[in-house]
Amino acid sequence: MPARLSDIAKFYQKRFLPMRHAKWIPLCLTLVTAVGWADETFQKQLANGLRVIVKEDHRSPTAAHMVWYRAGSMDESNGSTGVAHLLEHMMFKGTPATGPGEFSRRVAAAGGRDNAFTSRDYTAYFQQIPKQQLPEMMQLEADRMRHLTLDDKEFAQEIRVVMEERRLRTEDQPTSLLFEQLNAVAFQAHPYRAPIIGWMNDLENMTVHDARAWYERWYAPNNAYVVVVGDVDHQQVFAWAEKYYGALETRALPGRKPQDEPPQQGIRRLTLKAPADLPVLIMAYKAPAIRDVERDVDPYALEMLASVLSGHEAARLNRRLVREQRLAVDAAASYDSTSRGPAMFFLHGSPSAGKTRAELEAGLRAQIADIQQQGVAREELERAKAQLIAAQIYKLDSIFAQAMEIGQLEAIGIPHSLNRRIIDKLQAITAEDVQAVARKYFRDEQLTVAELDPQPLPAGGRPRPASASRH
Amino acid sequence: MSTFKLLFSLTLLLLGPLANAGPKIEHWLTTSGSRVYFVESHALPIIDVQVDFAAGSAHESSGKAGVASLTRALLDLGVAEMDETAIAGRLADIGARLTGGVDSDRASVSLRSLSMPDKRVPALAILRAVLSTPQFPATVFEREKARSVAALKEALTRPETIAAKAFWSAMYPEHPYGRQASPESIDSLSRADVVAFHAANYTAERSTVTLVGDLSRAQAETVAEELTAGLPRGGATNDIALAVLPAGGERYIAHPAAQAHLLIGLPALKRGDPDFFPLVVGNYTLGGGGFVSRLMKEVRDKRGLAYSVSSHFMPLAYLGPFQLGMQTKKAQVKEALAVSRQVLAEFLAQGPSDAELLAAKQNLIGSFPLRLDSNRKLLDNVALIGFYRLPLDYLDTYQANIEKVTLDEIKSAFSRRLPAAHLVTVVVAGD
Repeated sequence: MPARLSDIAKFYQKRFLPMRHAKWIPLCLTLVTAVGWADETFQKQLANGLRVIVKEDHRSPTAAHMVWYRAGSMDESNGSTGVAHLLEHMMFKGTPATGPGEFSRRVAAAGGRDNAFTSRDYTAYFQQIPKQQLPEMMQLEADRMRHLTLDDKEFAQEIRVVMEERRLRTEDQPTSLLFEQLNAVAFQAHPYRAPIIGWMNDLENMTVHDARAWYERWYAPNNAYVVVVGDVDHQQVFAWAEKYYGALETRALPGRKPQDEPPQQGIRRLTLKAPADLPVLIMAYKAPAIRDVERDVDPYALEMLASVLSGHEAARLNRRLVREQRLAVDAAASYDSTSRGPAMFFLHGSPSAGKTRAELEAGLRAQIADIQQQGVAREELERAKAQLIAAQIYKLDSIFAQAMEIGQLEAIGIPHSLNRRIIDKLQAITAEDVQAVARKYFRDEQLTVAELDPQPLPAGGRPRPASASRH
Repeated sequence: MSTFKLLFSLTLLLLGPLANAGPKIEHWLTTSGSRVYFVESHALPIIDVQVDFAAGSAHESSGKAGVASLTRALLDLGVAEMDETAIAGRLADIGARLTGGVDSDRASVSLRSLSMPDKRVPALAILRAVLSTPQFPATVFEREKARSVAALKEALTRPETIAAKAFWSAMYPEHPYGRQASPESIDSLSRADVVAFHAANYTAERSTVTLVGDLSRAQAETVAEELTAGLPRGGATNDIALAVLPAGGERYIAHPAAQAHLLIGLPALKRGDPDFFPLVVGNYTLGGGGFVSRLMKEVRDKRGLAYSVSSHFMPLAYLGPFQLGMQTKKAQVKEALAVSRQVLAEFLAQGPSDAELLAAKQNLIGSFPLRLDSNRKLLDNVALIGFYRLPLDYLDTYQANIEKVTLDEIKSAFSRRLPAAHLVTVVVAGD
């Protein structure tokens, strides 16, 4: 097994880091020549409200086709948590034109790979395919956008699969459970308090009618957009989109209530006991997300702060807490500025053998205090910016990553064309900005602390009930 | 449409899906004896370099389990001119990424960098230092050893880790592949063990260098020469025998988890074995084809017993395993085990239907371009070809080799490779 990265740290990365979003770079001249095509996208809106976004990348004869719905677990209500994700599973169970399992069978026959994922903010479906198969994929996705069968028997099987998924990803994973409970404590009013996969009791009581109501409410061309990246001609893609998606009818969408979280007015603490060996500590501070790309400053400063704290192996938390002080076996920070709902800035880690969670908390707090009082060095910030630029170019190597970047930004209501501006804003962040956000947001009033208290295995109590994604 | 594209399309029409040639792989030896594999691609200003050594955990001597991982972990945590902080800081300054890992056969060091000289040159200099002058500082050694022990102790509370370790021990009772690092074995390692493992295994003769991206052939030759000039020479000779088949049987391990973890398998396939293609095509129908496999249909779709169920072959140098696995809640263990065994037995007896065989070939041939549509994927494929000395036209002939597979070949390969009497079953948390 890898010695450098514990399973815990990998989990953190999976949970927080992949949902990165579109960030673009001001390219220097040599790069513009080398990757001149790289930021050009084409967009068209059909009469029924469906938007189609195309990015051409002609390196290989493949394409990624994605359909994004602006409905995620944050749009659910109490008693039916998990229905967004359950519906995602049911989307593979057939329409009058396509029998149960037929969708995946046809994608496979086309040499493609397909899957889907549900987040708090959206639900998305994708196929990676040889480019000549794109029209068939569009036909299949258009069909299930409005004509899903939602059969009783299929539902009865699939809800059992989802409960197994919950056991696999949450019930038997102490760190997942810890995050689930942390969210439920940090958020009291906002729907981010419920796990994406749903509470087990809600799954046990879910019916096919819940799934149908969800489908009728949100699955419509005017609540969706299509992203295509690959070796395609954008005009041809628009023509196919018109042909396959164009006939779907617009539907009235329900209003969305903000359900804002009331201000937190004091520190909150929770402890989870579960079978494990390594203690875990998570400190979560309420923080802003990007709402106005041009005017906002704080979310960009927090992004740079996260990078200064743990953007690379010599970044502050790993260097000081893991390597120099030997206080932790893992220590990291994470923050995502792009979300429909409220954001949090996380500091997390596991204490070294012989050290306590309290000592680790004190160590993390000392790092925060240091930045609040002393600020960050200019070279630390430059380093974070260098990594930001390189990461943007590396992302161009993956067709899938480019499509994700576009889709995720659009999902939270930011036009993907503002990528460049977001990168500009990140590049403009100063050391003073970083110090200012550290002072402003790292306050106990805004803090929730979650601790995993490991229990020995043998007679260990059964753990009880985060992210969900179809396998 | 350009002339080239037009010609390409015509070729496609004539030859059907078999027309996708693989990338052009150039191959040579460095002065030091490293084997080099290079794919030139200027589409992006990126270079990827991977150096693989025959330094996986199978090469540990008995009593030293864990030394392979620890050696790899320490490789870039201190070199002659730089400590770990300087290495990580300089890499971050130029946006370069140094990664890698260890499996049973291989230890890998991978570098991704922008290709502009002001980024590429310093990034490659760091990689060269990591390969040539690792210091394994004593204090870093102690710290990383403690972290490894902590991570392993935690992992050993997880049902999936317990199941995997018990499974490999049962499949390879007398073979290095079955040897498992324990907190005690790691704790007993000394710095001298790491230094010795490095000297014996991280040598030029045991290495392959794979380069993909924005370099000319001449540049690639220089890079490979410089990277490998300072590698230790000579080193261990491999005397690892092919694994022999274990006695079959079942092992049940109690655990408080809500779900049981089930694994069934045995040592089955060596890298480069001619049975590879029949086994891959057949396994697509059995449990490799994701949502369309028989296991998925019977276990998940029809009965709702599991979220994920699959089977696969993992070819390794000294006979890698076939593995069938799933997770299901405790009360369903017997049913899940019975269903998956029945699916396996039926498949062994009859193989895929004509329609299933066609579907398997359609997908494996049709999806071929998706295996190669990024520099990263090219790097993975070419590094594998180089390390295991597969034919250089492996990718060019891949689709044709899939197409050629017959039903009889599948049945023959499965019956020879999966003798039921030797199948090992491990169930954790099925109590």
